[in-house]
Amino acid sequence: MSAIAINRTTFFCRTPVAKKVVMAVTGVILFGYLIGHLAGNLLIYSGNPAAINRYAELLHASPPMLWTARIVLLVAVILHIIAAAQLWLLKRRARPVGYCRKEETGSNYASRTMIWSGPIIALFVIFHVLHLTAGKIVPLAMAGHEPDVYHSVIDGFRVPMISAFYILAMVLLCLHLYHGLWSMFQSVGVSHPRYTPLLKRFAATFAFILAIGFISIPVSVMIGIIR
Amino acid sequence: MELDAKIPSGPIEDRWDNHKFNLKLVNPANKRKYNIIVVGTGLAGGSAAASLAELGYNVKSFCYQDSPRRAHSIAAQGGINAAKNYKNDGDSVYRLFYDTVKGGDFRSRESNVYRLAQVSVNIIDQCVAQGVPFAREYGGLLDNRSFGGAQVSRTFYARGQTGQQLLLGAYQALQRQVSAGQVKMYPRHEMLDLVVIDGRARGITVRDLFTGEVASHAADAVVLATGGYGNAYYLSTNARGCNATAVWRAYKKGALFANPCYTQIHPTCIPVSGEYQSKLTLMSESLRNDGRIWVPAKIGDKRRPAQIPEAERDYYLERKYPAFGNLVPRDVASRNAKSVCDEGRGVGPSGLGVYLDFAEAMQRLGHHVIAERYGNLFEMYERITGEDPYSVPMRIYPATHYTMGGLWVDYNLMSTIPGLYVAGEANFSDHGANRLGASALMQGLADGYFVLPYTIGDFLASHRPDQLGVDHPAFKEAEQGVNARTRQLLGIQGKRTIDSFHRELGKILWEHCGMSRTEQGLKDALGMIPELREEFWKDVRVPGENEEFNQNLERAGRVADFFELGELICRDALERSESCGGHFREEYQTPEGEALRNDDEYSYVAAWQYQGDSAPPALVKEHLDFEYVHPSQRSYK
Amino acid sequence: MKLTLHIWRQANSTAPGRMVKYEVDDVSEHMSFLEMLDVLNEKLTLKGEDPIAFDSDCREGICGTCGFMVNGVAHGPLPKTTVCQLHMRHFKDGDVLYLEPWRTRAFPVIKDLAVDRSALDRIVAAGGFVSIDTGAAPDANAIPVPKERAEISMDAAACIGCGACAAMCPNGSASLFTGAKITHLGVLPQGQPERNERALRMVAQATEEGLSYCSNHGECEAVCPKGITLEVIARMNRHYIKAEWVDRGQPAE
Repeated sequence: MSAIAINRTTFFCRTPVAKKVVMAVTGVILFGYLIGHLAGNLLIYSGNPAAINRYAELLHASPPMLWTARIVLLVAVILHIIAAAQLWLLKRRARPVGYCRKEETGSNYASRTMIWSGPIIALFVIFHVLHLTAGKIVPLAMAGHEPDVYHSVIDGFRVPMISAFYILAMVLLCLHLYHGLWSMFQSVGVSHPRYTPLLKRFAATFAFILAIGFISIPVSVMIGIIR
Repeated sequence: MELDAKIPSGPIEDRWDNHKFNLKLVNPANKRKYNIIVVGTGLAGGSAAASLAELGYNVKSFCYQDSPRRAHSIAAQGGINAAKNYKNDGDSVYRLFYDTVKGGDFRSRESNVYRLAQVSVNIIDQCVAQGVPFAREYGGLLDNRSFGGAQVSRTFYARGQTGQQLLLGAYQALQRQVSAGQVKMYPRHEMLDLVVIDGRARGITVRDLFTGEVASHAADAVVLATGGYGNAYYLSTNARGCNATAVWRAYKKGALFANPCYTQIHPTCIPVSGEYQSKLTLMSESLRNDGRIWVPAKIGDKRRPAQIPEAERDYYLERKYPAFGNLVPRDVASRNAKSVCDEGRGVGPSGLGVYLDFAEAMQRLGHHVIAERYGNLFEMYERITGEDPYSVPMRIYPATHYTMGGLWVDYNLMSTIPGLYVAGEANFSDHGANRLGASALMQGLADGYFVLPYTIGDFLASHRPDQLGVDHPAFKEAEQGVNARTRQLLGIQGKRTIDSFHRELGKILWEHCGMSRTEQGLKDALGMIPELREEFWKDVRVPGENEEFNQNLERAGRVADFFELGELICRDALERSESCGGHFREEYQTPEGEALRNDDEYSYVAAWQYQGDSAPPALVKEHLDFEYVHPSQRSYK
Repeated sequence: MKLTLHIWRQANSTAPGRMVKYEVDDVSEHMSFLEMLDVLNEKLTLKGEDPIAFDSDCREGICGTCGFMVNGVAHGPLPKTTVCQLHMRHFKDGDVLYLEPWRTRAFPVIKDLAVDRSALDRIVAAGGFVSIDTGAAPDANAIPVPKERAEISMDAAACIGCGACAAMCPNGSASLFTGAKITHLGVLPQGQPERNERALRMVAQATEEGLSYCSNHGECEAVCPKGITLEVIARMNRHYIKAEWVDRGQPAE
């Protein structure tokens, strides 16, 4: 069958399997970022406002490093979104006449809501950057000439709507991560009858811990543990 | 008419090789100038179409199903025989040949059977190379199991889905040729007539089941691999759509129909549960390897099986046939089941059933071994009956399964119409009066992979390719005939459904020409069938139109043909005043109730020749010679 | 028992369809689902109405011809069971059932509950085979195959090509079908020489047919009558990735 040549470049772009690999690889990058981000955020519990501020300064210490990281993340996000959008278009075309009745037998809430949790999280990310990086939502607190992250966070989360949106986004993130975390293995071809069920449990636990970690911050601010 | 079977001479083990050498060849460059039509995509048709295309012929392949992968070969469960002797238990080509001739109750052609046994080994090689996932042992080599009618383990299997896996192998080979452009596939097309020009098969007329369009296709040779006619009995293990229309059209165009009364009643099927039943489901015969068949010893014992103590059970096969026990050939097992039920010892609500019990095997081998061997069959049984065979014995009863009869063919698998070849269950060739388990798959693939590709070449080599077009008047005539018949069926608009007629025909055949037959019963059937057929043509209601997807119209045409074929089955059964294999005439039995052959008078193939609708068919005999396996009373004791 | 059926009626592939309500009485619990429809069809025929078209053939769950949605589940509520093997004892008196054809762009409706699944044949034609001509095979025992491999292959080869996976998939994807064939051949030594090409071509053809992509919902494995699992899709992805990026078009090792 190799008698007929395949144009490999168009091939790649056209197959959804490849697009799913893009989703998986960019997903891993974003997941790695989330772990780092949460680890940094948790410094807020250190009791010393300077700890998290120093961490922020450290991140900003080398502009080339900072921008490299930002560009990598941005590219990952964009590719993740493009692939998702392309796949969503494929899906929309796949079933022109819908079912009058359709049950869900194997899927779960997380897998079915990926297409909604994704865009909402994306919107949240924009909001989040505007809020705590650019200071366009609530003015950033300043410590001298440097932004005071600690107090900016507290100022922000004291606004109930901001906290509520944050918490909602993190709940969705938890669902998105649960499905994404085990699904990425499947997409790159890793599956095993014994380990895949374990992987699913691990994904659920990890997504839950991550979400709890993030959500704890606005909750702590609102109930006054962090002040 | 004289039948020339073209059997080669010489020692039987050299006949096929010598014959192959003597067959004329078509130059590789010329093969593409020939068109071959293959009707049916089961093991025989699928493998023939793929192999002929590989050789370079242009092949058109037709099937009524929506995909070639769905042909009913797919439902074969147990396995495929081959004389590999991988088990070192004394098997050989000669033994497989011997067992098959004996199993067929000395009513098959020795040379054909020997060839079948010879190529059986190539089939396994071919299938493994295609990626058929046969069962294997821990060392990675192929596993074998034993099967009814044989004392060696020569059956290769793929769980309980051997037919499926072999068919997928042939289907994949076929799809490969479709993608290479060598095969043009016509799924959802039903052959409704054979076109014969100057005494030679030159094409077919088909109805596109999707659009209703009737069209013709011309070719240099036509292969029919359209399966058996068990559905004449309405209830059978065949698929809903299995039909005899293609072979019946060929019969009416001059091909002789051989041994129609040889129908195989399979012993291990799930009993009938009600009038609405549309088919019977077979439980693989391989179950008899570990399952023990029994009925209560007392008549009318209605206790649950677990409450019947060992001493009050009658393991009648083990009792009557100590050497073969539960592994006696199918005809013997079926007839014995019928006789214990006739005595009033049958089990289940209808009293038409016997137990197939795995309790002892599970104790001996463990639950897991039984689950591994038969798990999917047990699941299937439970789905249908709602009973769990791990804890309650299965109930089984015989059902129409396979038809050994079919269009008469010579050693080259060519019918009496030059250029018309018939392969697989559709021909009559290899199984005599009874087919052994795991031999149908073997025969279908032998015909398609290893016989037809040679023998068709011989025919084509002496006929120049002439690129005949379908504008020849014979094609128009065939199309007009098909359209007229369709109009007639649609025009009746009577008061009875197609199925009600088919059910009634089935009952007549089952009662009078089923597991046991009598002269009077057959005469009665020969009176009833034409009456019912007449009523059908007056009172059937076929809804819908021709120019649409009309499943009822398809069915009506098939049932109409079953009426005529059913009559021929009974006529043949009446004519054969002896018992042999699947044909058991109550008048002819030994004192122990075994089939009593009459070799002096009936050692022949009964081939029937159509003489027009108003005249009875003519009987043409092909005498059978047994040079190697001498006819004896079959004994499985 | 008595049932109410809402059945999708569509005269042909271009006509608009709609759900039509039927009442059926005297349903026996021993009937199969299709036999229940046979009985309804006989009644419709005698009333002069058009019987309901649905595909079926072997009626023992192996040919893959039958299949439609029963109350929004492919092949109905019983796991690992085709609709021809689904018996009425799993329903109760008064049940209301919705029957709809497989719905994906790749399977256009022919009539009522019957659809055209030739897309699946084309996927197999794209590469779902071993290129071996008749007669060229070595002895069957020349290449041992570890039992475990043969079992994995057989698990996947059990696919009956019914199309339930695509019908049930939220994305309308037949990845379970394609993955099953790629796995069946791809884990056997006989399937190795063409493993890369097979994965590339079959995936490309499935895409071409509009049988979309897998996002790991698992709806397909829940309704697969042969119990084929998502593992075959992972294997398809693995073979594809290896063919595309690791071996870069060279034959597999």
